[in-house]
Amino acid sequence: MTAIDAPLPARARSRAWAKLRRNPAAMVGAVIVVVFVVLALAAPILPMASPTATDWGAIRQPPSAAHWLGTDEIGRDIFSRMIWGARASLMAGVVSVAIAVVIGVPLGLIAGYFGGWTDSVIARCTDALLAMPFLILAIALAAFLGPSLTNAMIAIGLSAVPIFIRLTRGQVLSVKTEDYVEGARAIGLGHLAIMAAYILPNVIPPILVQATLTVATAIIAEASLSFLGLGQQPPAPSWGSMLNTARNFMSQAPWMAVWPGVAIFLVVMGFNLMGDGLRDALDPREH
Amino acid sequence: MLSFVLRRILIAIPTLLLVSVFVFTLQKLLPGDPVLVMAGEERDPEVIAFLREQYRLNDPIIVQYFHWLGNVLQGDLGMSLRTRQPVLELILERIPVTFQLAVMAMSFAVAIGIPMGILSAVKKGTWLDYVANFVALSGLSIPNFWLGILLILLVSVNLGWLPASGYVAFWSDPLRSIQTLLMPAFVLGTALAATLMRHTRSAMLGVLQSDYVRTARAKGLRERVVVMKHAFRNGVLPIVTLSALLFGELLAGAVLTEQIFSIPGFGRLIVDAVFNRDYAVVQGVVLVTAVAFIAMNLLADVAYALLNPRMRAAQ
Repeated sequence: MTAIDAPLPARARSRAWAKLRRNPAAMVGAVIVVVFVVLALAAPILPMASPTATDWGAIRQPPSAAHWLGTDEIGRDIFSRMIWGARASLMAGVVSVAIAVVIGVPLGLIAGYFGGWTDSVIARCTDALLAMPFLILAIALAAFLGPSLTNAMIAIGLSAVPIFIRLTRGQVLSVKTEDYVEGARAIGLGHLAIMAAYILPNVIPPILVQATLTVATAIIAEASLSFLGLGQQPPAPSWGSMLNTARNFMSQAPWMAVWPGVAIFLVVMGFNLMGDGLRDALDPREH
Repeated sequence: MLSFVLRRILIAIPTLLLVSVFVFTLQKLLPGDPVLVMAGEERDPEVIAFLREQYRLNDPIIVQYFHWLGNVLQGDLGMSLRTRQPVLELILERIPVTFQLAVMAMSFAVAIGIPMGILSAVKKGTWLDYVANFVALSGLSIPNFWLGILLILLVSVNLGWLPASGYVAFWSDPLRSIQTLLMPAFVLGTALAATLMRHTRSAMLGVLQSDYVRTARAKGLRERVVVMKHAFRNGVLPIVTLSALLFGELLAGAVLTEQIFSIPGFGRLIVDAVFNRDYAVVQGVVLVTAVAFIAMNLLADVAYALLNPRMRAAQ
């Protein structure tokens, strides 16, 4: 960069990274998430039964050497369905947050940077969207769009948009009066260049933290929608729909209700630990 | 104070109007022509024309919106396709059930979250703080429908202590009513307790470092008095505004909790409506939730202004 100071210099980034690595809770979170991501990616090559293969001779079997986590009501291997279910959950978490970021961050940038009427209109729309509780809006959207994993991801993503608009807008408001932005304006750079090169890099850290925490929320939301039958459709596996089926066999096959919940809990906990760790590491007051 | 309240109400009006636009737009997301669905298998052209006229679908969309809004403002949220009852009536029937569940859940949340937050802040950096933080994080990470399933498995199926599902109205049998809602309220209260704990902790940490707390300690006051009388009374203020936020969480959480425990409340209504393709009810629930949320925000702002001595003095 030129005389105008580079936003979030490399030194601050490496300091934040060093701090994150020293945070054991964040590292535990990262390990949990990495394990789930690797398992989800490796699902097609792992030596295990097909997640949709039924075995009528082995229905509702408790955990054993043949079926590590037992089988479900039509003899499908729960371990295999859990690993394949991780793909749906992680994909839903990441894709819906990506939708929210891609729509929310530019709108927040525009609202905060230009101010005035543009800001008022975007801020009122954000308030209105935030007035509808996240999950209720996601359920309504998923209901109107039709039940499928793709529509669930769109519904969750759209419901999370206002969180990112509000966060970005707030950050832009505090950054846009900084000297380096004034400097960029003084040397005649256009709005788009200033927003892209001088404002956006400075608002990224809190967005990163929020995105990580929102992945956790989105995974629970996807599991909730699938639990209600509005997400992943059978026979494709998803943790939420596995729990929904398990409700009907609680006294005969309690293991069916345990493992998918453990998986959701662990992966959500992983993202929450990472998000909390990132927040502490990227907090400028701590430096 | 009156002008402050009026100003806040004025600000809420455009938000409410935008909410109505979003809710109205929801029905336009429906794939295909809703009239064809309503007309049934035969798709009689005369029936289709009649339905289009009845629902004003031949009008421009903006006219449709204002017609719909006019009805909403008169309390007409449409008719349920399934029960043929007015949507508002259906919603009003369910509200007391969810209200009771919400009050009980909030009691759990306050009873667990606030003391845990205070303790965690006072004992910062000790094992107690770590345990409290871990418990709170677990509360935020555990899907409440799974917690519900586990509790049913343990408390109802294995131990037989509490009923696994169902609902008894409070006025018909108060004790039985509380018994049936004990588990659902705990499930719903867990995530709220976690949120309350984290906010109380961070508010208390800020307050415990302030000058007046140092002065109170220097005066030789007992630690309990310093924490509860000086620190907590100031630290609790921001938590009041949080209550509006928690209200949204409470309603969203109620959807799944009521589903698991078969409680005929507000949350169950939206799920049933989704499955019965009763879109007017879905729209009605979203609209009423949003209006209630905005009203709660307004109340929280007013309560904050009333409780904050600095704002009271400015009046």
